[in-house]
Amino acid sequence: MPSLDDLRKRITSVKSTQKITKAMKMVAAAKLRKAQDNAEKGRPYSEKMNNVILNLSKSITDKENAPKLLVGTGEEKVHLCIVLTADRGLCGGFNTNIIKKAKSYFEKIISENKTLKIITVGSKGYDQLKRQYKSYIVENISFKESKNINYFDADKVGKIIIEKFEKNEFDVCAIFYNKFKNVITQIPQEQQIVPLNEDKDDKDDTSNDNDYEFEPDEDEILSNLLPKNISTQIFKAMLENSASEQGSRMTAMDNATRNAGELVDRLTIEYNRSRQAAITKELIEIISGAESL
Amino acid sequence: MSNHFNIDIVNPEQSFLSKDNVFEVVIPAVEGEIGILKDHIPIISFLKPGIIRVFSESEEQSFYVEDGIVEFKDNTLSVLTSSIFDLKDADKNFVSESISSAEAELSKDNIDDQKRFLLNHKVEVLKSISIN
Repeated sequence: MPSLDDLRKRITSVKSTQKITKAMKMVAAAKLRKAQDNAEKGRPYSEKMNNVILNLSKSITDKENAPKLLVGTGEEKVHLCIVLTADRGLCGGFNTNIIKKAKSYFEKIISENKTLKIITVGSKGYDQLKRQYKSYIVENISFKESKNINYFDADKVGKIIIEKFEKNEFDVCAIFYNKFKNVITQIPQEQQIVPLNEDKDDKDDTSNDNDYEFEPDEDEILSNLLPKNISTQIFKAMLENSASEQGSRMTAMDNATRNAGELVDRLTIEYNRSRQAAITKELIEIISGAESL
Repeated sequence: MSNHFNIDIVNPEQSFLSKDNVFEVVIPAVEGEIGILKDHIPIISFLKPGIIRVFSESEEQSFYVEDGIVEFKDNTLSVLTSSIFDLKDADKNFVSESISSAEAELSKDNIDDQKRFLLNHKVEVLKSISIN
């Protein structure tokens, strides 16, 4: 049975924790609005980029000589995985969910005896993966210093990928991130970016009859465009990720605040009870002392 | 019939410009400037450093772009670019910085002809901006 003093101390400590989680929730809510805004603003670019590439790849007749970034190297032995996570913790299952998704993919690759290479973006992902997959991690990037998500950072990652591709260091490249659905739901995503997956693009077949004029020719445009597309996809993933991170943190902190409140209530009841018990005990002592006189 | 069409300029961060009353746009495509009017044939091309000029009835706007892709289709011109700014609020420091960094790049030996051409062109355009 804890003493009254212990209980009092615990109540104060839980209350101050509650203050912190409440403040974090507010901050996350404010940041979420901005991040969500940015993610929405960034969408037209990646959508248009997708459209252009779609139209281009349709008009490519010579599949054999098409740029390798589009059609792949023809093999799929070496898989490069880009795992995008946050730089900070305390955001619920946000990081863990991405890692879980990525790990199941890793296991698949390893069990098929293919080579696995990992690039982590964001320090939390590196922290969680280094224990198990240390030998596979080829690069570890973190943008802790940059306050806002910007295209420049995404481009850096994109350039690293292109560079590795040109050196034939991998055949297939996939990125892992959380897609922001709403504040409570974030869906971990696995997206293949090299070679470009075409299956999701079948929604819009009507534009097939559109004959474009290309200047210069298709191949040259494609080879110029595809590297940009990789950076764009990374950027999109980063935007979605940052919105998801804030959303996830907000929900987690909201829960924490509520739990702390419950704990305070319980502790207060316990505190009151034991205080009352002590008073009763003293009263009994006094009364029985008076009786014995 | 009006001879207006739409233009959308987007960069990765946001939609930069969106208008539906332009009648001519001049873009610095990689093989030379292209003027686009209404009902142009669908075209995809990419940009070299230069100035996009957008003409509408009421005004004329100019933007500096470094690179990008243009697509014209169904009377909508989409410009995707990662670096763009309005000439009206061009930052002198930024321009001169870009010039010097491009010149530094040019002085390296290991760049290919195409890149050299693009960089030379970039310096030229930027210099013309800084004079005005």
